[in-house]
Amino acid sequence: MTKTNAFAAILAGGSGTRMGNMEKPKQFLMLGEKPILIHTVEKFCISNCFDAVVVLCPETWLRQTQDLLKKHCPAFADKVVVTAGGVTRNDTVMNAIEYFEQNCEVDAESIIVTHDAVRPFVSQRIIEENIVAARAHGACDTVIPATDTIVESRNAETISAIPDRRNLYQGQTPQSFNLNKLKELMESLTEEEKGILTDACKIFVLRGQDVALVRGDSSNMKITYPQDMRLAQALLGE
Amino acid sequence: MLNCVYRLIAPRSIEPVQVEVPSADLQVVVRPTHLSICNADMRYYLGTRGAEVLAKKLPMALIHEGIGKVLLDATGTFKPGTRVVMLPNSASETDPYIGENYLRTSKFCGSGFDGFMQECVYLPERRVLALPDVLEDEVAAFTEIVSVGMHAVRRFCGIAHERRDVIGVWGDGNLGFIVALLLRITVPNVRLVVVGRNPNKLAEFTFADDTYVSYDVPDNLLVDHAFECCGGDGSAAAIDQIIGCIKPEGTISLLGVSENPVPIDTRMVLEKGLRLFGSSRSSREDFQATLALYEQHPEALEYLGRLVGSVRPVKSVADMASAFESDTSKLMGKTIMEWNA
Repeated sequence: MTKTNAFAAILAGGSGTRMGNMEKPKQFLMLGEKPILIHTVEKFCISNCFDAVVVLCPETWLRQTQDLLKKHCPAFADKVVVTAGGVTRNDTVMNAIEYFEQNCEVDAESIIVTHDAVRPFVSQRIIEENIVAARAHGACDTVIPATDTIVESRNAETISAIPDRRNLYQGQTPQSFNLNKLKELMESLTEEEKGILTDACKIFVLRGQDVALVRGDSSNMKITYPQDMRLAQALLGE
Repeated sequence: MLNCVYRLIAPRSIEPVQVEVPSADLQVVVRPTHLSICNADMRYYLGTRGAEVLAKKLPMALIHEGIGKVLLDATGTFKPGTRVVMLPNSASETDPYIGENYLRTSKFCGSGFDGFMQECVYLPERRVLALPDVLEDEVAAFTEIVSVGMHAVRRFCGIAHERRDVIGVWGDGNLGFIVALLLRITVPNVRLVVVGRNPNKLAEFTFADDTYVSYDVPDNLLVDHAFECCGGDGSAAAIDQIIGCIKPEGTISLLGVSENPVPIDTRMVLEKGLRLFGSSRSSREDFQATLALYEQHPEALEYLGRLVGSVRPVKSVADMASAFESDTSKLMGKTIMEWNA
């Protein structure tokens, strides 16, 4: 296969504590015939855009994740590496970077595409456009125009501002970056900043770096709450 | 595997639907790159098919003319990235006498089951053919309709008697252009006559020996065989004119689709001993013959390039609707969707 110098990190590190009383992290719940995570992994594997695809999951789920890959997508099981995520999202992304640096041919042009495991409806267009935008700008974020009015309150009691909705977008994933640049900026964070900057794109913005917009899709939803699961099931047609 | 399918749910209304493709269908996965709109798609899009047909067939993804690149091939036939044409006819059986495109058990994309307006198209290996390099994407996009013309010409060659001094093509649209061009190449010494309604469109048939506006056909025009490529309201008048111009024992190939029954002067059909036969869609062999012709006769590609009407980038449902709407106002040529949805 032709080298693409692009690497995918599927972030499945969440514990899924928001899913009511369910025991499994949400990325392991079934959507149709397969777990959500498997659908997401398949989208990335089939795209042919990546030299390597890594799934970063809770340490306690490493073995089960490998089993699920073998069971539900044997065609890709050997091509996907499962490794442990970190405590925070940033830690998980750093683990991915570390894996790619140690196991793949990473250079100054390498691109890392990070994606939430719980967004299985990501499209090939979004993946392809992420890589193009990250190459052109160094970083990109997938967004859709905000549909709700966003209200800002600094005291949680009264409105301090209502920003113009035309300038507002809702962030999705993938978020994609020049790998070396992302590592450099993440390593530059102070401990205090690490506590606040949970979004990799925000790190770029605060360091004065361009982050391009890639048009997302309303169907590229994040399955976070129990009702999201019902919505995702409903999105599946015949 | 999750896949987004863009289905027409009602006239002028396209909706994205997520479907789960069974792992067993993971043979050749093609990401469409260029899709071409056909008149048959437009009849669904505009709702000009009967209400009963629409109720039965929708929701359904349109488009049966298109090319793409291979993302994955579990059969090992195609390398990832290979540029391929997608074959819309899905045959579930073979018959020694009936072609795959005429078997009642065959399914056809965009006519009863989902067409190519999808994020990725999942196909068995026999419904995918690699494209030669000589072909530009925009022309390759409508290889299917050229294969339909190829099928008609091959069928004609097997049925018609061998006096082929003069062949007439009725119809100055895309299909008429393609059939006439294929006849020019495959039956080189024939005198090729094209009859149409629109002088501007007829002027595009520069490779024909003679072109006539339908109301101005010379009284002494005689053809050995004829192809009817009009369809719609024009079918009846064209077939009637052909029956008048054709020599005894000639063949009339019927290619035009008409929503309504067409009256035919059977007295003259009987008197002349004519053979009328239908020709529809195409088989894998017709696609292969078409691709071989592209390589052997690259001049055909120059002519076919004239059929590229407009090329429209399509990334969203709004872009899709815009492409279909623009097709309603074209005089001739194909609307190609540069597909990135």
